[in-house]
Amino acid sequence: MSLDLPLIWAAILAVAVLLYVLLDGFDLGIGVLFPFATPEERDVMTAAIAPVWDANETWLVLGGGGLFAAFPLAYAVIMPACYAPIMLMLGALIFRGVAFEFRAHGRNRGKRWWTFAFSAGSLIAVLAQGFVLGAFVQGIHVKNQAFAGGPLDWLTPFTCLTAVSLTLGYALLGSAWMVAKSEGDLQIKARGWAVRLSLAVVVCMALVSLATLVVNPAVGARWGVGLTGINWYRLVSLSPAPLVGGGALFGAFLTARSGRSDSLPYLLAALAFMAGYAGLAISIAPFVVPYQLTLWQCAAKDNALALMLVGVAIMLPVILSYTAFVYWIFRGKAKPDHAYG
Amino acid sequence: MVFDHFLLSRLQFAFTVAFHIIFPAFTIGLGSYLAVLEGLWLTTRRTVFKNLYFFWIKIFALAFGMGVVSGVVMSYQFGTNWSVFAVKTGSVLGPLLGYEVLTAFFLEASFLGVMLFGWNRVGPALHFTATFAVAFGTLISASWILAANSWMQTPAGFAIENGRFIAVDWIKVIFTPSFPTRLAHMVTAAYLTTALTVLGAAGLQQVRNKATPETKVMMRMAIGLIALLAPLQLVIGHESGKVAHEYQPAKVAAMEGWWESGRQPTILLGWPDDRSESTKVLLQTPVGFGSWVVAGDASTPLKGLKAWPKADRPPSLIPFWAFRIMVGLGLAMIGVGFYGAFLWVRRKLDAARVYPWLTLATAPAGFLAVVCGWMATEVGRQPFVVYGWLRTRDAISPVADGAVATSLVGVLVVYSLVFSAGALYIGRLLFAGPSSSEQARDAVAAPGNALQLAAAAEEIAP
Repeated sequence: MSLDLPLIWAAILAVAVLLYVLLDGFDLGIGVLFPFATPEERDVMTAAIAPVWDANETWLVLGGGGLFAAFPLAYAVIMPACYAPIMLMLGALIFRGVAFEFRAHGRNRGKRWWTFAFSAGSLIAVLAQGFVLGAFVQGIHVKNQAFAGGPLDWLTPFTCLTAVSLTLGYALLGSAWMVAKSEGDLQIKARGWAVRLSLAVVVCMALVSLATLVVNPAVGARWGVGLTGINWYRLVSLSPAPLVGGGALFGAFLTARSGRSDSLPYLLAALAFMAGYAGLAISIAPFVVPYQLTLWQCAAKDNALALMLVGVAIMLPVILSYTAFVYWIFRGKAKPDHAYG
Repeated sequence: MVFDHFLLSRLQFAFTVAFHIIFPAFTIGLGSYLAVLEGLWLTTRRTVFKNLYFFWIKIFALAFGMGVVSGVVMSYQFGTNWSVFAVKTGSVLGPLLGYEVLTAFFLEASFLGVMLFGWNRVGPALHFTATFAVAFGTLISASWILAANSWMQTPAGFAIENGRFIAVDWIKVIFTPSFPTRLAHMVTAAYLTTALTVLGAAGLQQVRNKATPETKVMMRMAIGLIALLAPLQLVIGHESGKVAHEYQPAKVAAMEGWWESGRQPTILLGWPDDRSESTKVLLQTPVGFGSWVVAGDASTPLKGLKAWPKADRPPSLIPFWAFRIMVGLGLAMIGVGFYGAFLWVRRKLDAARVYPWLTLATAPAGFLAVVCGWMATEVGRQPFVVYGWLRTRDAISPVADGAVATSLVGVLVVYSLVFSAGALYIGRLLFAGPSSSEQARDAVAAPGNALQLAAAAEEIAP
């Protein structure tokens, strides 16, 4: 029996993208929350992510590079289809990435500008990712195995909804991360953000889920919901994903509000993201370009997938262990003392 | 010339990749330099090495940050602008880039945090390991990316199946004929680039009559490396040229400005013109010298550009001049290395008046030479993106002209802003120079302590 290499690679990439969302999600979210913090609080907020943001963003490179390597056809269709938001995201990530260092070196005006650049860059990067997500889910116009749509296909009411939702979701991760990494007044503030954002994200997730069923009828059919009626067996058997997501968000809301646990809000928010992610996987598997190209159609040659699988089998455990080790080194509450300067 | 999405995408790729290479060219060398400095500090316990480490790590952090964010752009541009290239080469180049992420990017990014913020959090051995991991990561990364690019220059170990490249022998795919010399050429170039910057930074303080024990050590370490590597680079570059002559003779003809076939001269100065298919020569060696340099025998006839159909020729002007500027700068590096070594041996280095000015002039030479070298080799590969097999024109994405025009303008604006600010901040640090009491970044900065006061004093200082 031979391995189904494309399927294994789809799973690997799914994990990489999930890790990206959970990790870079909180540091991008902290940038989104920057306008609501005082200058002193901002220094603690950057200190809480400074040692790890670069490694977090590397999962995005693995996502992009891995898609190119494992599913070149999907990469070649999705990237041109999302040309504008991808370019916007890259430009925004440049600004917010250099801002970590530049904020420390800027004097008065410089520091103010790079603080703005960090915040606006984070916000634009997240919105752009939300547009890409929406464009991906609503479907891409494909002809002869190439993108054949227009330059603004990615901009629809649905993608606006996904963009706003993802932004609020990342902000939730960011606020929950700050609950874990801060103390005193900032922590109280972060709890307040997390409480409000978890409620907002429940609403967003529900809206996006419902809109997805309508925007892409094939997704509706997958969940047993269609114009002709509802397949209750199907809907109920798939319901754990949305139920866990909603429950986790409610848990994040309760734990952020009660103030008893510093780490549970982030862990529960992360669980909610995983549930949403599972819902997405249910909606589109086994397609990598939804309802147009399957993962087997898009996969690279088996010998390329096999070579990379060897690399992943050896390197991924190594990467995960030193990533965990670095997080452990920088455990505990963030203080501006190990910030830049 | 039509400014369609094809030309605009080429301009965008050229600009973003030229911008990007500046930073790896610097951080590959600086990473190794930091590892050496920390190693010297741990073994000798001379504070001068610790001060230098803390000084250069600030500049490393700035340059590395710009390198990372401009590098992320590259990993997406293959898809956004060159999607046909991505589909056709994905099964060959994908694993190489995948391995780069797995073996280098994560290593660098994860240990960078420890390197920058962990001095007081982890023990000296672990901190040194982190510095070493980052330095080693930059070298691994260079190896993979040079392997990928060399495959595009001198493709090997592949077959074509359904119009797509597939690998038949991975060892041949990775170790293509041009890979070893090109990797050696690039890593040496990166070390030289860093050494010239370090030398110029030391020279700057000497010009200002503010030389310190730290800047004197910087100057000597840099001179030693340049005197050793700059002549070696000439040899490596020549070897790399011989490989190009064997596998990409049209590129060599363009770099040399040769149009007619036969025994060739070396044109030192001139102006090649694609339209008239000739080079206006200002200065050249006797005929035969060029054949001797490239083929090792003055009587060997070599092909000129006219030996290829027009559609298969690279443009001549950019490879010709980029190559000459690179070689000229390389010779200047040998000069500055040898002259410095001479002064050092004569014990005249610290009192030298002209030499520090010279080091200021050559400080950016490495960056310029790296960009010119890449321009020569990448433009010389045209009109192909995979040499001989896939034309650049056939690799383009189906995207709208307006979308690419907009993104190109955006890229120009964003990169100019970021580059100006980065250059300003690095320039400020270099101008201030290393102090004799540099601190780790995670030193406790409670209000009123020495570090805060020092920072405040720096703010007030003119």
